Amino acid sequence: MRIFDPHIHMTSRTTDDYERMYAAGVRALVEPAFWLGQPRTSAGTFADYFDGLLGWEPYRASQFGIVHHCTIALNPKEANDPRLHAVLDMLPRYLAKDRVVAVGEVGYDEISPAEDEALTRQLALAAEHGLPVLVHTPHRDKAAGTRRTLDVVRESGLPPERVLVDHLNEMTVAMVAESGCWMGFSVYPDTKMDVDRMVTILKEHGLDRVLVNSAADWGRSDPLKTRAVGDAMLAAGFSEADVDTVLWSNPVAFYAQSGRLDLSGVTASDGDPITAGGDYAGNTVLRGTPA
Amino acid sequence: MTHVPEITLTEEGARWLESAVERVRADARALDALFPAAGRMCGRGPVPGAPGWTVDEVVRVRLLLALPRKGAELGETLFELYSHGDAAERAAVLRSLAALADASDLGEAGVPIVRDALRTSDTRLIQAAMGPYAAANLPDHTYRHAVLKCVFVGVPLAFVSGLDTRCDEELARMMADYAEERLLAGREVPADVWPLVERHPTVLTRINALIGEER
Repeated sequence: MRIFDPHIHMTSRTTDDYERMYAAGVRALVEPAFWLGQPRTSAGTFADYFDGLLGWEPYRASQFGIVHHCTIALNPKEANDPRLHAVLDMLPRYLAKDRVVAVGEVGYDEISPAEDEALTRQLALAAEHGLPVLVHTPHRDKAAGTRRTLDVVRESGLPPERVLVDHLNEMTVAMVAESGCWMGFSVYPDTKMDVDRMVTILKEHGLDRVLVNSAADWGRSDPLKTRAVGDAMLAAGFSEADVDTVLWSNPVAFYAQSGRLDLSGVTASDGDPITAGGDYAGNTVLRGTPA
Repeated sequence: MTHVPEITLTEEGARWLESAVERVRADARALDALFPAAGRMCGRGPVPGAPGWTVDEVVRVRLLLALPRKGAELGETLFELYSHGDAAERAAVLRSLAALADASDLGEAGVPIVRDALRTSDTRLIQAAMGPYAAANLPDHTYRHAVLKCVFVGVPLAFVSGLDTRCDEELARMMADYAEERLLAGREVPADVWPLVERHPTVLTRINALIGEER
């Protein structure tokens, strides 16, 4: 089983996690820029964080056979701190980087005017830089927040196929499916989505435009939840090709819209390079048989 | 151009580079968007005949050579670019220093960049930092510690410039002590240690007396 985790915060994880992820089949991941447990107080700490996502973290991942890309943004929670507005001015510089495959995570936390402004400006930056967008949906008042998010995305003029709306559940999946945006599900030990409910949603909504991630971070979370979903899908009667669609082809197709996805370093479980499919819309993506 | 290997670009890549060089010559701020794009536009493969160099690095060095700045002012621009660069951009700034010292009077204004790279744990940056510019500009103590760090983290000394002229007895002693420490711990000694130790017979005699036939 080859796995592309489209949303995981490796900065908060250990090398043991990288080893276990590789053993479970994870060969590529995207680390979105987000908030940390401790709120930041200056734009400079964001520059250091972004530099880490582009420098140290992909280097660390590569030592464990995993290809690392990232998304860059000012997250909604910290968009509410006026000391951090300078981060928005810093973004164009970072959105030009090679391994940045989307703008994100953007979206709403407490659904404030400052969050509105940050979201609108960053959707415009995505259009300007030709990047897709990863949208976080709020933990509190999720359905209302998701509806509002979809309205703002529609008004931005970005094509829905370039937008991934994440952390969905039974209450929000239908409206996102209808919008034409991609649907992301974060499978957690006890909050957000769980493995069995995820399989039920896949049965009801199909595999089209669905991404499954672990969203593992500094809170209670598990970087192997993607693998657990793959195993549960097989147990529920889905085919290996179905699993590959959800856990590999879908995330590759979404992030390849950046033109910057480089999967030439991906290897099979025996350490040999997987036969690459060559360039695809400016990406070096693997389109051959699953490892 | 000394210190910059020759490359062959595709027609499209060559055209992009030519126009990018013109834009940087007219306005240094154009680099903010052009510098990161070099790999996407011109490729990232290894440069034949220039071990350690990649195509994007050569392209980025050409862009830096077009900067209409010199000396300390150039050093500040480079440090800023390096600070906001991803790993590939940082490596390119490091590799550019020797050429900019020749062409743009960089002087010692690039040393803070080399020192920053030597504080990282990223072997690609450490390797890129230890080119001819570091060999020409680092003080003895810093140079010795940088060479020891290379051995420590596994950067092959074949990529380190200046050993012929700068490997003094103190550096050989540091290498011998490192070898001793490894041997006492029952660990392997990196092969790169010995040629440096062998340059200084007194150091070699001491370590041989200590380890006997183990080597």
